[in-house]
Amino acid sequence: MSAEPTPVDDVVGRWSPDDLGVEGSVLEVVTAPAAVLSTEGEEVDPTDPEVVQLAADLVATMRVSPGCVGLAAPQVGVGARVFCVDVSAHPKTRSHHGTFVLCNAVVLESSRNEKAREGCMSVPDFTGDVKRASRLTVTGRLPGTGEEVTVTAEAFEARALQHEIDHCSGLLFLDRVAGAHAVHPRKTYL
Amino acid sequence: MTLHAITVLGHDRPGIIAETTGVLADLGLNLEDSTMTLLRGHFAMMLLCAGDVAGADVEEALAPLAADGSLTVAVREVPTEEAASAAGPSYVLTVHGGDRPGIVSAVVAEVARAGGNITDLTTRLSGRLYLLIAEVDLPSTADPEDVAAALRTAGAELGVEASLRPVESDDL
Repeated sequence: MSAEPTPVDDVVGRWSPDDLGVEGSVLEVVTAPAAVLSTEGEEVDPTDPEVVQLAADLVATMRVSPGCVGLAAPQVGVGARVFCVDVSAHPKTRSHHGTFVLCNAVVLESSRNEKAREGCMSVPDFTGDVKRASRLTVTGRLPGTGEEVTVTAEAFEARALQHEIDHCSGLLFLDRVAGAHAVHPRKTYL
Repeated sequence: MTLHAITVLGHDRPGIIAETTGVLADLGLNLEDSTMTLLRGHFAMMLLCAGDVAGADVEEALAPLAADGSLTVAVREVPTEEAASAAGPSYVLTVHGGDRPGIVSAVVAEVARAGGNITDLTTRLSGRLYLLIAEVDLPSTADPEDVAAALRTAGAELGVEASLRPVESDDL
């Protein structure tokens, strides 16, 4: 069975961090049990220069972090509903929208749950089996212009979006693992 | 038919399970439920096996495993338990936060107060992060919203996050 292609939202697909017009700085990523990771993020004004800078910083930090496909503001210590995603280089990705940042994103529709093992830069020592929708429609605003966009994502991009939106709501993948044997240590203690 | 509960604990190395189960197979014992994990690098295994063998004979056959002092092996006869069917729906409890003494006891006390039964439990400590994940059967008399609220309150007093959500199982 071949999957039908998912329409890629043009505005989001064409969007580039260069559109922000500011240089991003690499920020320190905080790890659990930092309180900010368990705090619901505040809604932001996507046209606020501080939010634009935060968007650029998130992208810059994501890009220097090996294997990182998304980063949310709480992960750099900011309790705000802003995150960036870029799954384009990940082998599990089907369609994708490249690099983009969304503010105040919410899930409109989700379907086709699939379980997979995920990790998180803010929980570096564990991975966990989490069931997430593999079809997802999300709406949010682009930083800078503040334009409202709707993204329909599938497969790994859909998973990444749900993971980042959870961060913005103060939730970690640990809050969604499937059971007592669904968390796996990444380190061995010798 | 005797049911033996066997625990093997100690320094991890390749081959412990192979040796243990090889001895049990040679005795004609039948493995029933078992579980094994590493607890901070320590090998930890529990298994139940059934057969017409005296406990002392099982112990003697497993004694070479413990001979170099790196493993502790215990054999104990246990009665057959009828697997209790879950009285009500099942939930997953997640607790995470900064490590401190008393997190587990405070949280599971709320589960016990509600008459909930923990059927599976894993806790992990990594750096400062303490993590508990439990599967909980709640009696039909318990309101899961109330239990979740009590768990959040107990967690908040310790500065940790506690959440309770229904187990999702899809019967195919």
